[in-house]
Amino acid sequence: MTQASLAQAADPRKPWTDPVAEPFVRIEAVTKRFLDFTAVDAVSLDIYRSELFCLLGGSGSGKSTLLRMLAGFESPTSGRIIIDGQDMTDVPPYERPINMMFQSYALFPHMSVEQNVAYGLKQDGVPKAEIARRVAEMLDLVKMGQFVRRKPHQLSGGQRQRVALARSLVKRPKLLLLDEPLGALDKKLREETQFELMKIQQALGITFIVVTHDQEEAMTLSSRMGVMNHGRIVQVGEPHDLYEFPGNRFVAEFIGSVNLFEGTLVEDEPDHVRIDSPDAGCTLFVNHGISSAPAQMVEVAIRPEKIRLSRQHPDQTDNVASGVIDEIAYMGNLSVFQIRLKTGKMIRVTRPNLDRYDEMPLQPKEPVFCSWGSASGVVLSA
Amino acid sequence: MRRRSTSLKVLALTGFAFLYLPILTMVVLSFNESRLVTVWSGFSPKWYGELLHDDQILGAAMISLKIAFISASLAVVLGTLAGFALSRFPKFRGKVALTGMVSAPLVMPEVITGLALLLLFVAMESLLGWPKGRGVVTLIISHVTFCMAYVAVVVQSRLADMDGVIEEAALDLGARPWRVFVDITLPMIAPALVSGWLLSFTVSFDDLVISAFVSGPGYSTLPMVIFSKVRLGVSPEVNALATMMIVVVGIGVVLFTWNAARLHRMRQREERAAAAGL
Amino acid sequence: MSGGDQTAAQAVPDPGVASRPRTGSVLTRLKHRLPLPRGLGQGMVSGIPLGWLLVFFLLPFGVVLKISLADTAIAMPPYTALLDWDGEAVATLQLNFGKYLFLLEDTLYLSAYAGSLKVAAVSTLFCLLIGYPMALFIARQPAERRPLWLALVILPFWTSLLLRVYAWIGLLQHNGVINNILINLGIIDQPLVMMQTDFAVYLGVVYTYLPFMVLPLYATLEKLDETLLEAAADLGSAPWKAFLTVTLPLSRPGMVAGSMLVFIPAVGEFVIPALMGGPDTLMIGRVLWDEFFNNRDWPMASAVAVVMMVVLVIPVMLLRNGQNKTAEHG
Repeated sequence: MTQASLAQAADPRKPWTDPVAEPFVRIEAVTKRFLDFTAVDAVSLDIYRSELFCLLGGSGSGKSTLLRMLAGFESPTSGRIIIDGQDMTDVPPYERPINMMFQSYALFPHMSVEQNVAYGLKQDGVPKAEIARRVAEMLDLVKMGQFVRRKPHQLSGGQRQRVALARSLVKRPKLLLLDEPLGALDKKLREETQFELMKIQQALGITFIVVTHDQEEAMTLSSRMGVMNHGRIVQVGEPHDLYEFPGNRFVAEFIGSVNLFEGTLVEDEPDHVRIDSPDAGCTLFVNHGISSAPAQMVEVAIRPEKIRLSRQHPDQTDNVASGVIDEIAYMGNLSVFQIRLKTGKMIRVTRPNLDRYDEMPLQPKEPVFCSWGSASGVVLSA
Repeated sequence: MRRRSTSLKVLALTGFAFLYLPILTMVVLSFNESRLVTVWSGFSPKWYGELLHDDQILGAAMISLKIAFISASLAVVLGTLAGFALSRFPKFRGKVALTGMVSAPLVMPEVITGLALLLLFVAMESLLGWPKGRGVVTLIISHVTFCMAYVAVVVQSRLADMDGVIEEAALDLGARPWRVFVDITLPMIAPALVSGWLLSFTVSFDDLVISAFVSGPGYSTLPMVIFSKVRLGVSPEVNALATMMIVVVGIGVVLFTWNAARLHRMRQREERAAAAGL
Repeated sequence: MSGGDQTAAQAVPDPGVASRPRTGSVLTRLKHRLPLPRGLGQGMVSGIPLGWLLVFFLLPFGVVLKISLADTAIAMPPYTALLDWDGEAVATLQLNFGKYLFLLEDTLYLSAYAGSLKVAAVSTLFCLLIGYPMALFIARQPAERRPLWLALVILPFWTSLLLRVYAWIGLLQHNGVINNILINLGIIDQPLVMMQTDFAVYLGVVYTYLPFMVLPLYATLEKLDETLLEAAADLGSAPWKAFLTVTLPLSRPGMVAGSMLVFIPAVGEFVIPALMGGPDTLMIGRVLWDEFFNNRDWPMASAVAVVMMVVLVIPVMLLRNGQNKTAEHG
């Protein structure tokens, strides 16, 4: 997976690695201002055919506004939206080859499941027999075949979600927009549905753009994701890349949890850097180079699961910090350790519970060494 | 807690008694044999018979029904347009004016509205030659003007409660704006339209002051006839008429409430069943 | 570095692109701003009711203002023209402020305005006192029983105002039900004079407008969070104290809305003073009516209306708008 994303050879399943591939959706410097508030700020983004692209961000990050502009409910203050080679910026929603699945599902309350799904086809003047066939087909696909006569209020949340999905897919749109598609489901149902959604997307080959605030959901679903903050896209990439190589502090903290150490650059070579960090109480060695001025203040991010805990001093001089266990939270599959370093800084370390019993379990108040490898840390640009 | 809720109950029930005592007295007196309305002399339905032969009252009632029906229907159309424009169009020319004017008739003293409309009709007749004289046309125009305010307010609040996203979903599925209005918006605001119509009908049927200004000689609505009768003193016929109106309205309100409660219960049952995965 | 770097670079917007003026025509963009009926359709949707109200609601006030500046004439219509066309190309404008001067000079009008204000204010207060326990009572009922109680409040509202006033006449008049009962019980030997008094007018107004007070009060009280009272009780507050410190302040919007709904129409009330009030019950709605129907003085009636608008209606409407705005933002 990672090798392919290194952009050496274009993987046909990853058109974004191919410099000559034609993007399917082009968002060109799109800005949306409401009075004096800029909801979306000069966003440019390319999305390729059959991608499942997630826009991830907190509330007010501009992700929903961007989605509404793609659907045609808002028009950009400036910038262009091109879909499949056609400029859609000024096309009204009912003429766009795009459908949307709404967060609240927006099912028509006075129509049955069948009528809801058939509505879009009726607008296009599809012959009756074909409507019936395609509606039945789609309802079978989402396993709602036996509920055709029910009204939306006679359905559970999960069933409504399926109907909404069927309704938005039945017209075979070029692009499907999904606004927090799983947001209203409870946790267990959400996890099941995630995989189903991916299966359906792969089976139909339709390009999906999903808006979500749930980073786990985005990681599970997406081929690539874009992290948004304050109306801007902060970073775009495959889930693995965003997690392992966050481009900045916001992304590092937004996706997963992270320990951040401040320090001064003391060695800056093409293949490694060494950072003196009074924060960590040791020197930090990272096996990738950065291009910056010497003696610059930088931040190094290390994920909690990449830190090892040991009672003995490990056999390395860099990347070792000593501290005392402050608290341990047992989560079942893993345990979370809060550790107070000698420097006073609190860090977070997670450890999988590999065995059911531990002969000599680590205890609170116990002194420990925290260490990690040279490929574990990431130097963040400011 | 207990004792205070008892005193609250007493206060509240006194309030309800205050609301209903006069009405109940009137109902009882409508069955009084005596012409001296307030002295009980035995049970008799004879005033109902008299009422049904009073051509003046029957004629006025027909006029009032006709005007209320037409006015309420026109008011629903105009009020729906106004309510829809106000709650669904982000901005348009005259939005501020429409916002201000649409609810103003609700708070305007009727004597002012009535006088103003009459003076307008007089001026229009002398300038344009229309409307000729005063009667059905002027009554309907006036009633539509204040009834559409009720409809607009009801429709607007219904649309505000209703998620605009549902209309967006229809647009997204390829329906053009007019189709969306017909397929989605209208069915969803239908209850508001019904209550707006009923409200308009009642208000129009009940109106005295404005009608008195804008109707011409020889064209009296039911409230105008009752008013002139009451000015001359209490009449057992009016008691009978009032009782009949109260019975009709009472049955309507009770049926409406009961039906709404029934639908609500049914819906809740279905929602519970759906959530339980049945 | 791997893909992270490369894709991050892709996300950086090109400032040159961002600042480039858009080529699409401004007109088409404006036209497509709104997803709902646009262009002609939208113009008609908003234009038809707007036009109707301009002609049949706003314009009439212009006519009233115009006629209030004319003089009375024995003619049909019974007022003089403001614009005189003398047959040549000269039009003369004759403004007559006489009616307004007369309004100020004759104490009848001033005391009628004052009387209307007093009746409206006192009645509003009584509606609040009677309506509050009713609204609170309904709001504390189990949810499934509330619609029934509400229907009981609304029912009189759906019946004729005129007939409800009339019902009181039967009770209050000289040989009415109340006097009959009291005399038969031997409590009094002379009938009480209740009709054609100020008392009857207050009673009529309170009775008629009570539902308008109860409904908005109920709407606020119903939304009031029950747990707030529980929290107050939990913190050791006696029920009446919890009522004074929690329920009452929080129901202020409902009290204001209800008071407006009672006060405004009560100020201009005509039917109740006409049927229940005595000859000395002065209310401005009745004065206007009499000027118009009995004295046939259209300019005077118009002047009374204009002053009523300026002094009573417009301030209250502005106040109400202000209230609505604070309610929206608060």
